Amino acid sequence: MAYVRPVSTTTWYLKDRNYFIHMVNELTSFFVGAFALILLWGIGAVAGGPEAYQSFLASLTGPGMRLFLWVTTIVIFYHAIAWFKVTPKAMPVQKGEEFVPGSLIAGGHYVVWVVLTLIVLFLAGVL
Amino acid sequence: MNEIKLELDILRYDPEKDREPHFQSYSVACQEDWMVLDAINHVKDHVDTTISYRWSCHMAVCGSCGMMIDGKPKLACKAPVKDYANQKVRVEPLANFPIERDLVVVQDDFMEKLKRVKPYIIRKEEKPIEEGEYKQTPAELKKYKQFTLCINCLCCYAACPEYALTPEFIGPAALALAHRYNQDSRDQGLAERHKVISTPEGVWDCSFTDTCSLACPKHVDPASALQQLKIATTTQWYKELIGMGGN
Repeated sequence: MAYVRPVSTTTWYLKDRNYFIHMVNELTSFFVGAFALILLWGIGAVAGGPEAYQSFLASLTGPGMRLFLWVTTIVIFYHAIAWFKVTPKAMPVQKGEEFVPGSLIAGGHYVVWVVLTLIVLFLAGVL
Repeated sequence: MNEIKLELDILRYDPEKDREPHFQSYSVACQEDWMVLDAINHVKDHVDTTISYRWSCHMAVCGSCGMMIDGKPKLACKAPVKDYANQKVRVEPLANFPIERDLVVVQDDFMEKLKRVKPYIIRKEEKPIEEGEYKQTPAELKKYKQFTLCINCLCCYAACPEYALTPEFIGPAALALAHRYNQDSRDQGLAERHKVISTPEGVWDCSFTDTCSLACPKHVDPASALQQLKIATTTQWYKELIGMGGN
């Protein structure tokens, strides 16, 4: 009878460096999700009126929340870079008989990212 | 020519005698231009004739000699012994497949999955022979050409953690071939294939570790094919939703 080798469902990602990096990338999604929830909370606070909004802003200034937001910012940068790196695989662009270099596709995403960030900062009155 | 000493630890399993596999060591004096396959052939020819393994072309074309070499899925005919000079090398059958005997794995699961994705040109209506061949431009060929280079060696399946954890997953090589035919301008079978591809055990079981592409000895990029299929099946789903399914 053929022999089936056992597979660990809990430690498989420790077997290979690439599996581990993949799991780190997956874990960063938690921070993206958490920040999305904070944004929703903020939108809810705006809808609740000036007092609710001020209370929301105040709750973001505590040391624990500040630390969380800094960590989230760094992790979201890592998350975005990890995804932009693989965009040429998901969205290859063919021009005639050749494929557009992957660096241009990933680079395009960085350009859009920077432009959107500048627009948001401008609308927020930071710029 | 210099000689390289290789300590081969080969996983042995005899279904008629063994309850589970075990390693057996062989010391091989290799010529420096040998591949790991040459070292295994040397053991088979001169030391232990009982070792079972698959090989055929010895030039990375037939895809028969895929095996785990030091924990990585590789073609034994493309793994130079000088990369492992004077060290112990573990040689095991491809991961994620049942072991038939020694380094031979059972490939039935892959063969069944390959059949399911219909890896051939599907036409709604064949045109009469007198109308001539289906022509294709070099640009149309380029669109899918890299995926035709797959030799079904199954290294990508051995590298895929999703296939290990979810054996129902159709897997990289079969899905990359489905994509190859979907991208072929002569093919009209996209909607038919998508019935299989768009299921959870189709592309959606892939979490994009990219390890299939890193393992491919022919530099095919199955991970790219699967991500493109995710976009294509989603687009197809929306098209069908608004009654524009077609092909």
